[in-house]
Amino acid sequence: MSDEADSDKMNDAQIVPSSPGPIPDPGLEPYVERYSDTDPEVGRRVYRQIVTMYGLVPILAVAFVVFYFAIPRDAAVRFGPLHTSAMNLALGGTAGLAILLIGLASIHWAKQVMDDRESVDERHELASSPEDRKAVGQIWRTGAEESRLGRRKMIGLALGSALGALALPALVSLADLGPKPTSKLRAETIERTIWAEGVRLVNDVTFAPVKASDMEIGELVNAQPENLEKLEGAERQVERAKSSIIIVRMDPDSIKIPDSRKDWQVGGILSYSKICTHVGCPISLWEQQTHHLLCPCHQSTFDLGDSGVVVFGPAARALPQLPITVNSEGYLVARSDFTVPVGPSYFERDSRHDFKKGDN
Amino acid sequence: MASPTGTAETSPATEPRTPEQTTSKNPVTGTLSWADDRLGLAKVARGGLRKVFPDHWSFLLGEIALYSFVVLLITGVFLTLWFKPSMAEIDYQGSYQLLRGVPMSEAFASTLDISFDVRGGLLVRQIHHWAALLFVAAAMAHMLRVFFTGAFRKPREVNWLIGVGLFMLAMVEGFAGYSLPDDLLSGTGLRFVDGLIRAIPLVGTWLEFFIFNGEFPGTAIVPRLYMVHILLVPAILLGLIAAHLSLVVYHKHTQYPGPGRTERNVVGYPLFPVYMAKAGGFFFVVFGVITLMAAFMQINPVWKYGPYNPSQVTAGSQPDWYMGWLEGAVRIMPNWESHIGHTTWSWNIFFPGVLLMGVLMTSLVAWPFVERWITADNSYHHILDRPRNVPTRTALGVAAMTGYAMFWLSGGNDIIATHFHVSLNAVTYFMRAAVFAAPVIAYHITKRTCISLQRADLQRLEHGSPSGEIVRDPSGRFTEAHAPISRDEAYSLTQQRELPVLEATTGDDGAPVGNGISKRRARLSRWFLGANMAKPTADEIHIEKEAEPSHRAAELDSSESASQPSVEKAGSAH
Repeated sequence: MSDEADSDKMNDAQIVPSSPGPIPDPGLEPYVERYSDTDPEVGRRVYRQIVTMYGLVPILAVAFVVFYFAIPRDAAVRFGPLHTSAMNLALGGTAGLAILLIGLASIHWAKQVMDDRESVDERHELASSPEDRKAVGQIWRTGAEESRLGRRKMIGLALGSALGALALPALVSLADLGPKPTSKLRAETIERTIWAEGVRLVNDVTFAPVKASDMEIGELVNAQPENLEKLEGAERQVERAKSSIIIVRMDPDSIKIPDSRKDWQVGGILSYSKICTHVGCPISLWEQQTHHLLCPCHQSTFDLGDSGVVVFGPAARALPQLPITVNSEGYLVARSDFTVPVGPSYFERDSRHDFKKGDN
Repeated sequence: MASPTGTAETSPATEPRTPEQTTSKNPVTGTLSWADDRLGLAKVARGGLRKVFPDHWSFLLGEIALYSFVVLLITGVFLTLWFKPSMAEIDYQGSYQLLRGVPMSEAFASTLDISFDVRGGLLVRQIHHWAALLFVAAAMAHMLRVFFTGAFRKPREVNWLIGVGLFMLAMVEGFAGYSLPDDLLSGTGLRFVDGLIRAIPLVGTWLEFFIFNGEFPGTAIVPRLYMVHILLVPAILLGLIAAHLSLVVYHKHTQYPGPGRTERNVVGYPLFPVYMAKAGGFFFVVFGVITLMAAFMQINPVWKYGPYNPSQVTAGSQPDWYMGWLEGAVRIMPNWESHIGHTTWSWNIFFPGVLLMGVLMTSLVAWPFVERWITADNSYHHILDRPRNVPTRTALGVAAMTGYAMFWLSGGNDIIATHFHVSLNAVTYFMRAAVFAAPVIAYHITKRTCISLQRADLQRLEHGSPSGEIVRDPSGRFTEAHAPISRDEAYSLTQQRELPVLEATTGDDGAPVGNGISKRRARLSRWFLGANMAKPTADEIHIEKEAEPSHRAAELDSSESASQPSVEKAGSAH
């Protein structure tokens, strides 16, 4: 970065005058004695304070132990609108105060009792002397010579490539950190959900199937596929992160339904992925009058009355819509899986088939 | 080895011997001499015990970070005794009634156990969380102190780089720890990071599958982050902290300008006993205050959030404070995404989430070297800059802080909107402009303020300090008499190094010469140094004409003579 010539020249100028300014160094300020040194009464008081602070610590430590065994774990302390765990308050109060007192007493001792005359340390040269540098150069050359590397260059090369080659097994052994997201695996994982033709839409708390006739205009239901209930543990979490949906009913005359999605809805009942296309938060802040759905994480806003297009915020793609219909019993069922991958973008995602504003 | 050629009549091993009587004149005997015989401790102690450290409140910021880290180690060990880093699902059967029977991961259940069933567990959890927040905050404040006072300059550039590494790792460590309880809030944070990783062009999906062992959330991430949080990152942090402190000891601490303070000395109090008591005491103060915070102030009540469920989120979800600026950047970023062929390039996530962090890091790493290049200043610096005396650096620092603050505020755009009853969209649009405009405004205000403060110093030097005495002269005019300032103050105010503005070296044809100063570098040098007020000469300075007290003169002489040899020997034997 810096020019070689420059830095060389400036090596001589590294030693700076001790006082570069117009005023010569007046030396340390004269020492002023403390009250605790000049007034014996103050001195005694400080002494008492320090000993008292240290002396309180064993008492607090014992109090801690007493509280630890005496206070029931579920006891609470109420103070006006506030309430807290009695155990936490008692243990924290005694331990915190005890620890703090050790610190305060020590600092008080250092500031009021210990000698407070400033002392001066001279700085040492940080760099090695030219003799040292020269000697190291000489040692290096001797060692290099003794290694015979100058004449047997291939050893160095072979060692270098041997060490470099070790990086290969080291890196490769990390390959089992996870499965390779090949197009086949992606199609089975992040590009599909458990939605399929005929899967009923169920309430995500009660798992009760949702009847089309029960939905009011303006209503929003958080829903899941019926077959989620059969899954457990991690599998259920993975599916929830993809197949969660919201069902909304809007007045069909007040929303835009493109021709290609005429039969994806049932009388103004539409279903969208609940997973934000930005970074994957579940969305359900519903503005009933505007048909907007707002993500609480980064405020991306989607217009559910216009096939879920983005109207505000950092999300770039419309919310995927789940094609639904009713079965013979009047329950809402999926017509298929989502037609595009749900959730946040990834590099290999083919985003040409997402709904864009103005599509029909 | 040669075999013995014969057997001796007597063996030395069989001859009786009495141990050598060591008569020690040294008071260091017994255990101490036992240890010193083996470890040579006295040599180290002789050189180190009376090492001088300067006193200033701003030097305590780094100490707070260090002590918070120690508190984190102590409380962290306690927490590992009960925490189970497992994402296996169980039905909670602990003593928190509201979540009984709810399916949750073992990680979350064990966090509840620590909070409700282990006595003192909640306290230690809260100490750990508060200490983590304080650790990053103190490290950042310390870094700002070092930046504004120019303590990163030669010879301390390497320690600055170590500090930048520590700061980065502290954020990673904090985030990893925050994610472990597997509650609704931390799970949402992980979901965000999953989206962030996915958005990295070319390798994002691979990284996601490798980090999460397949799809989000899976069962691998909590155990993996646990290893990162309690082993990998703390080990690196410990190593870097050791290096950081060793370099502080080797370089000796910087000091502020003042009487008796020079580039060749350090003025303060000795390690033993004063700094042992002060710094040791300060550790207990930091620990004590954090413990009291944990006793009185709730932090991260995970039982209220409940276990992680990818289909739920709470409005107003925020990360811990140090991730707030990235969160804000992600929130206000326009929704740029390119679809090229069958690929998706998520600039809307990659720029603010990944690249911005890279920009901050690169700037921090590069700054000491950029400044050195601009100023061509290759000398050692042990006296700290007063921020006003380096207006451009100070202004850049304040601009960066302002930009950071704007991003950070953007991370709470929903909270701002709901609390102040303003439109969320308006707040977001405003912030998009503010992250660019506010730093520029802050830069100019700071630079002008610094120059004004330099002028005020200059006025004080040349005209003295207002005495408060109003004098009426015969013509009826009122003036305020000025008292000369002390020699000590005049010295402190003129101690800064004046660096010349570089001139471009051009040949006859106007083109820059070989290794000379290019026009661009000269322009940068003028921008960086050009606004500084020139120091007054000794004649222009109005100071007390008191006679030097003899003891001070003597002190000055002795310190001068003591420092002289070390300068002349510079470069000779060390």
